[in-house]
Formats: sequence, C-alpha cells, structure tokens
Amino acid sequence: MTDDTASSDASRDTHDTAPGEETIARNEPAAGLPGYLLGYGLASLLTVASFIAARTGLIYQPAVISALVVLALAQIGVHLVFFLHLTSGPDNTNNILALAFGVLIVALVVLGSVWIMGHLDQNMPRMKPQQLALLTLCPAGTLRLASAVNRPAACR
Amino acid sequence: MSGQSDAMPSDITAGSATRDPYVLGHPSGAGKKGSGDQLATGHGEGGPASKFVTVTYGFWIFLLSDIIMFSGFFASYAVLANATNGGPTGKQLFDLTRVAIQTGLLLTSTFTAGLASLALERRSVIGTQAWLLVTGVLGALFLLLEGQEFITMIGDDAGPARSAFLSAFFALVGCHGLHVGLGILWLGTMMAQLWVKGFRADILRRLHCFSLFWHALDIIWVAIFSLVYLLGASQ
Repeated sequence: MTDDTASSDASRDTHDTAPGEETIARNEPAAGLPGYLLGYGLASLLTVASFIAARTGLIYQPAVISALVVLALAQIGVHLVFFLHLTSGPDNTNNILALAFGVLIVALVVLGSVWIMGHLDQNMPRMKPQQLALLTLCPAGTLRLASAVNRPAACR
Repeated sequence: MSGQSDAMPSDITAGSATRDPYVLGHPSGAGKKGSGDQLATGHGEGGPASKFVTVTYGFWIFLLSDIIMFSGFFASYAVLANATNGGPTGKQLFDLTRVAIQTGLLLTSTFTAGLASLALERRSVIGTQAWLLVTGVLGALFLLLEGQEFITMIGDDAGPARSAFLSAFFALVGCHGLHVGLGILWLGTMMAQLWVKGFRADILRRLHCFSLFWHALDIIWVAIFSLVYLLGASQ
C-alpha cells in the first residue's frame, strides 16, 4: 500500500466489512466465482420468468402486475445477496440499516404517489364539454383562464 | 467457571473460525472480561473503521440516495402511465425483443463486473482489465440499443413532448441511460488509472465503488424492464 493512510490503517478495525465486500462470506455458498455464477443463473431464470408472465397467457391477466412485482423483488434480492454480498452478519448491520431506510423512503414516495394521485383522479370532476371545447378552439397558450368558463370568445 | 471454559471449549467453539466467522461464541476470551468482544465485528470495539470501509460506506449512502431519486421518476411514471393524450400507448411502442436483449446485456455486464472484482482480488492485471473491458463493451451495446429505441420513437412522433406518459417514460429510462453512460466514462478512467498506478489502495477503493455503482444500475434496470416495459406491453 502506497496510500498515505496505510500506516494509520494498521491500528484500525480489521473486522468490519465495507458494502459489497465479501471477506467474511468466503465460507458461504454466495462467495467467490460459484456465488457469482449462482447469482447470474438465478437472475437469468427470474428474468425469463418475468418475460413469460408478461408475454403468455399463463397468468390471469389482472394478476400479471402482482407476478411482475414479486419477480422483480425476488431478482433485486438475488442481486443484493450474490452481487452486493449483503449478509445478515453483524458486520453488515450498518449497510442493511442504510438500505432499509432507503427502501422505506422509496416505498413512501412510490406507493404514496400512486395512492394519492389515484384518489385525486377518481374525485376530481371531469372537465365540462364547453370547457374542453375552449381548450381545443384557442391556439396554445392564448386561453384567458379567468373568463374561460363563462365567455366563449375567451382567447387573447 | 472461567477456568473450566478455558480448558474445555463449549459446543459453539468446536467448529473453529470457519463455522463461527463472526466469533459470536467468544471462544478465546470466555473467562477474561471483554476480550471476546474485541474480535466480534460491528461493535466498534476494534477501533475506528478503516478508510476502505468508510469510503465505501459513504458511496453506499450515495447509491441509496440515487435510488431514492429514481423512485421519484418511478412514481411520476406510475401516475402518468395512462395519460397518453390520445397518443401511442406503451403496448404499441415497446419492442420487447430489444428489451430482452438489453436486459441480457446489462445482466451479463453486471456478472462480468463481478468477475473483474474477483480478478482484482487475485491481483491479476490482465484479468481485471479484460473483464472491465467486457463490462464496458456490454454497457455500450446496451446504450446503443437504447439510443436506437429513443430515435425510432421520436421519429414515429412519440417523443417526450407527445404526452405526459412519454415525458415520464423518457425521463425515467433516459435518466437510467445517463447513469450507464457516466458509468462507462468512469470505467474507462478506472482502466487507465489501474494501468498507470497499479493496485494502489486508493485505486482499489475506487474500483470497489465502481462495481457497487454498476450492480446498482442493474438493480434499477430490473425495476424498469419489469414495471415499465413488461407491464406496459401486457396491458
């Protein structure tokens, strides 16, 4: 090591694991070349399963979305374990906790948006025909919003 | 009690370090107070973390924030997926053969990135450079197919200005493509740095961060091909 911190690293914790590092998982099936091969095979299988679920009539049509979500989550799990070497070991606690917080925020953003916007879509009244007619009659950007509802000739 | 456990190891310690890699059984210091915890990881007992761990952990946090940014694009796409404004729908636009090839390319490139990190562990210059090159070429082919798709769509009057659905689609998929492009640039500079500077500690850290980045890009692509392309084409 020619790094200038090499000398101070000697006094540091040598038993901790960086994200994606696989020093301690060496005795486990997810380690080394067999681990990458296993992950590659599983991910390929799950990808093929996703395409089959979406392209054939094998799955009841309204349930395809559930199948795709489950298969995608499974494949993300395969990637995390076999490529990013996440384990449940104590040296990975920090990495797992950071990931869990990220997943929480992602779930809040995606599910919250879909939930709220779905309700807005249901509850907002559709535009009246005369309002729609105004929008299509006026050239883009020339509609005067304040008077648009009442007067037909509301273009600028 | 302490003398007894020194002389006669308990059942937990019988398998040695290979069966108890985290030293949770505290075999060596069963009688001496606190000495067992020094070997147990993740408790901060071994002193401050090494620079490799702190740098990579910082990059891990960046990746998670990047994924949170992508979740915003995913949320807007999910909300606007049906807002086609009378224009073409995903079912009409998406070419699943191309998507299947793209998926294969990116998955294989994430695998070869893993092979590059295995070669890096063996300190094999040729192996590392070769697998990094394969990774970059596969990523470039992926980008080429994506560019072809975008150009075809824009030529068919299905550009990002056509409808809210297409704006959200181009924003989400284009942002992923941008990440892949930046990743290829990073990969090229890493190959040059490895060539010139060799296996220095800082180079090892950067290569490890790059491989984390590349694996994370494939995780985002899994969500894109499932929830954008396959779901859009099956509806």
